[in-house]
Amino acid sequence: MSEVTATDVVKNGLWTNNPALVQLLGLCPLLAVTGSVVNALGLGIATMAVLIGSNTIVSLIRRHVSDAVRLPAFVVIIAAFVTCAELLMKAFTYELYQILGIFIPLIVTNCAILGRAEAFASKNKVGLAALDGLMMGLGFLAVLVALGGIRELLGHGTLFADMHLLFGAGASTWVLRPFGENYSFLVFVLPPGAFLVTGLFIALKNMFDNIAKNRADAEREKVIKGAKRVRTTGHIS
Amino acid sequence: MILQSIRFNAILLAIFALITAIVLASTDALTRDRIAESEREAAQRKLLEIIPIERHNNDLLMDVQPIPERFWDSLGLKKGGNIHIARQDGLPVAAIIPTLTRDGYSGDIAMIIGINFDGTIAGVRVTKHRETPGLGDKVDLKKSNWILDFNGKSLVKPERVGWDVKKNGGVYDQFTGATITPRAVVHQIAKTLEYFSADIERLLAEAALVNQQAQNEITTQ
Repeated sequence: MSEVTATDVVKNGLWTNNPALVQLLGLCPLLAVTGSVVNALGLGIATMAVLIGSNTIVSLIRRHVSDAVRLPAFVVIIAAFVTCAELLMKAFTYELYQILGIFIPLIVTNCAILGRAEAFASKNKVGLAALDGLMMGLGFLAVLVALGGIRELLGHGTLFADMHLLFGAGASTWVLRPFGENYSFLVFVLPPGAFLVTGLFIALKNMFDNIAKNRADAEREKVIKGAKRVRTTGHIS
Repeated sequence: MILQSIRFNAILLAIFALITAIVLASTDALTRDRIAESEREAAQRKLLEIIPIERHNNDLLMDVQPIPERFWDSLGLKKGGNIHIARQDGLPVAAIIPTLTRDGYSGDIAMIIGINFDGTIAGVRVTKHRETPGLGDKVDLKKSNWILDFNGKSLVKPERVGWDVKKNGGVYDQFTGATITPRAVVHQIAKTLEYFSADIERLLAEAALVNQQAQNEITTQ
């Protein structure tokens, strides 16, 4: 494993290797709970917390666990974190816990978490592993919330509805209704809407990446053009 | 050699399992009271949804009667439960009965069913379930108004055979993609109504007794 810098980790998690848009991991919760911002935020935060915790612990014990029992040990760690997260949500955000239902325990099966433990945390120092957990979690959370926001807006015609489930009674006034009271567009509420919007996101990300790549290529050509003025005998790359 | 590595790995995993168990047990111990409190608050909100404050003037959470053990089975209760009595000026208006069905699609569905003392349903709410989001969870009022269909229904309206989903010849709608969940709920509501008609005499007698005691306390004070 070559040297990985903190900047790489941040970039990877948020953009280049985003768990939801590039690795396409954890799509089941991604598609299922993004009906509204509050649901997406709740599951996103829970997933992020589990990712940070599991990455840290896995990195801490990486030298003490033999290959034979590595995977079961990782699964036990992840399952423990998820169960803790579930109990905490049940204690402090009971109604949100009821809405998210089965998808909280199902965080265990989110491949992004075991994937990061296996591919990154088990090979890197604790600090980097924790940062990777945070960034991958943030990348996942950002996509969840964006998806939730768009689906809530287009599907129910609201934005930030029911935020009191997460932030206490004061937050129940945060709701916006840009399209008026009786707006509803069922496709975006139902699973197909999740697929449509996710597809759109991936396409947009690829579009941005292409634009950036083309621009970088153009820059490089310019440099070569200028370099020709210098008389050299070797090959300039 | 192999035995040694097996032993080593087994011990390693056992240590892991042990640490995890300790962590989980302590989290559970720390959150248990808070969870119970949250459940109680949610339950109280649900009670008030079924019997709104205009219809009663007693403390629903405090005015309770334990369910006799012989009925636990038909109500699906493992550890028993309490019936909440709603009263207007001491006179019983309705009873809110906790019940649970094990026929849900994923795990138990817990409900509370408010029944007026004339035998009609005042309201039904699902308090705890793990049904599939988007399919079975429409039994929850937050997701769909389906559960309101039961308001005003009783054992004679519809008749007993009607207490099923339409697919089985009953009068209640199932959901697209989910028959098991609504069927479980419908059946359990019917069972609860049957329990109520079997136990109504005793409930009324007890309620009157409690009321009399309360009156006596006021006069002796």
